Amino acid sequence: MEILVCVKRVPDTAENEIEVNREGNDIRRDDLVYSVNEWDNYAVEEAIQIVDKVGGSVTVVSLGDEEAEEVVRREMAMGANNGILLADEAFEGSDGKGLATILKAAVAKGNYDLILTGAQADDGAGQVGGMLAAMLDMPFASLVNSIEVLDGQKLKVGREIEGGNQEMNEIDLPCVLSIQTGINEPRYVGIRGIRKVASVEIPVWGASELGLVPEAVGAVGAKAQRVDYFVPAPGEGAEILEGSTDEIAAKLIELLKAKGGLK
Amino acid sequence: MAGQVFTYIVHKEGVADDSALELMAAAGKIYPEASVAAIVTGSGAHLDAVCDAMAASYPEVWKIDQDVLAYPNAEVIRRLLVNILPADAVVVLAHDTLGMDLGPGLSIKLDSVFVPDVVGVEGVRDNVLTVVRQEYSGQVYTHVRCDISAGAVINVRPGAFKPEESRSAAGQVVDKSAQAGDLSARRRFLEVVEAEVGDVDITKADVLVSVGRGIEDLENIEIAEGLAEAMGAVVSCSRPIVDAKWLEKARQVGTSGKTVKPKVYLALGISGSFQHMGGIKGSPFIVAVNKNPKAPIFQVADVGVVQDLLEFVPELTEKIKAK
Ligand SMILES: Cc1cc2nc3c(=O)[nH]c(=O)nc-3n(C[C@H](O)[C@H](O)[C@H](O)COP(=O)(O)OP(=O)(O)OC[C@H]3O[C@@H](n4cnc5c(N)ncnc54)[C@H](O)[C@@H]3O)c2cc1C
Repeated sequence: MEILVCVKRVPDTAENEIEVNREGNDIRRDDLVYSVNEWDNYAVEEAIQIVDKVGGSVTVVSLGDEEAEEVVRREMAMGANNGILLADEAFEGSDGKGLATILKAAVAKGNYDLILTGAQADDGAGQVGGMLAAMLDMPFASLVNSIEVLDGQKLKVGREIEGGNQEMNEIDLPCVLSIQTGINEPRYVGIRGIRKVASVEIPVWGASELGLVPEAVGAVGAKAQRVDYFVPAPGEGAEILEGSTDEIAAKLIELLKAKGGLK
Repeated sequence: MAGQVFTYIVHKEGVADDSALELMAAAGKIYPEASVAAIVTGSGAHLDAVCDAMAASYPEVWKIDQDVLAYPNAEVIRRLLVNILPADAVVVLAHDTLGMDLGPGLSIKLDSVFVPDVVGVEGVRDNVLTVVRQEYSGQVYTHVRCDISAGAVINVRPGAFKPEESRSAAGQVVDKSAQAGDLSARRRFLEVVEAEVGDVDITKADVLVSVGRGIEDLENIEIAEGLAEAMGAVVSCSRPIVDAKWLEKARQVGTSGKTVKPKVYLALGISGSFQHMGGIKGSPFIVAVNKNPKAPIFQVADVGVVQDLLEFVPELTEKIKAK
């Protein structure tokens, strides 16, 4: 099975306090810790496990700037066979449809049976996988938390739905799936693994390599445009307990008692 | 004005989801004067019950009764909507597991703009809709603008729009089943497997000590367990803790976990994502311990402690034990 996995380099929200920049047109990017999008890591692990079982190869593609190369390399250190970077100034400011258009052009240069994305990334949109599938006219399933290869023609996939219940589906290949966290336990990547792939050539494709007219993508082609970043004025919000740790703990105990939180 | 506004109604066993009226509220914010039509798909008596209930709030209800629609398979519903909707329709969906499955592909097939997980609507001017979204796990907000004259698919966050109580309509149910067209799909629904039941039932607990990714390590879980024991509380958690297999799935609070209704909810190292908070009902007293003062959880908590939980919680536990 030839599998393509789309991965994104994102600021790690567990590690960073995200703030709006002075101009209000972006977040403050200095000093941010970046990593591979949480969901994508599960997608790459799943692809590797499928190939381990049925054969084939895993290609990782990242759409971003030159820096995105580091996540491609990281996922290759995990065990992906090939990496591709899609970078071009013309891609900047793309909306979801623009991103899917670029990825579609990259898909067309290969011959994939299965395309995986993460269920969502740092913007919480969760849109690229479904759009890509519709553009490629392939079937799609989102929030996939189990995959079983039935034969060369179809898969049995579980989708995680409300309440943690699992919706089982049969889906024809080729198809696009967006992967939910928890589907597997992504393997650890050590510094040694990264070193092994440090000198592997990763092709960089821009608009011309992909045969894309710049007007179709990027900010010019975007129908949905982000106008600004902001943080709303703090509403009522929580009462923040102040003082020494000792004092805070004492206050909290009183509050918990009053609310029935201590037995 | 752009095309007519439609909502898609999620329902189960003859009862519409809470989002049904929230979607109408969101649609009303987009076009206050619009006559919004609810689309209800399914089969049999359950479908009729939902259509009748929706007609009490929506001026128009489109009913589509087909065997293949008995379970809501997004790949089938997408084909249906492409077959029956006008090309410039403005479609409002819930950003739930069906809306996430359906919305993006639908927008491509209708060749209209898509905006996911909308939490606020500012309004429409000269066909340009301005909405509010969140990014980076709710730490920052953005305004997104789009031209909806050629139609749009807008996914709105469950719980973000309050239904208007006074709205009542003697709506008309229009049977569109005959127009459904070809609904064949390359993804076929098989069955729903219910989530496993665990050793504990967090849904019955009055007091929950809930741990999130801020607990950092498997070994630290006992810090939360120690506090829970001292308080007489039950330990629950956010999703990453279950993904890491540090606690069992039955302890997960949230839209893809359990819905809890405790009196007191202590969130330790939890950022407060809407999927997590969506599992907390009944307005408990919420205490958040988080080292990031900007964590979204502080917007919904009653009381906040801005500290490293690994230091604060053991101290709190000692103090409770000493009493
Ligand atoms: C379809 C779908 C369904 C989902 N369902 C659920 C669900 O049911 N339940 C759920 O919980 N999530 C769910 N999620 C995931 C959700 O979007 C978030 O990713 C998740 O809730 C984040 O968990 P968290 O708050 O523990 O982690 P994070 O968002 O990473 O937050 C960790 C927090 O800990 C703080 N912290 C770090 N270290 C410390 C320390 N030493 N002391 C104090 N604070 C610290 C950080 O400041 C941060 O605020 C779902 C996602 C999707 C896409």
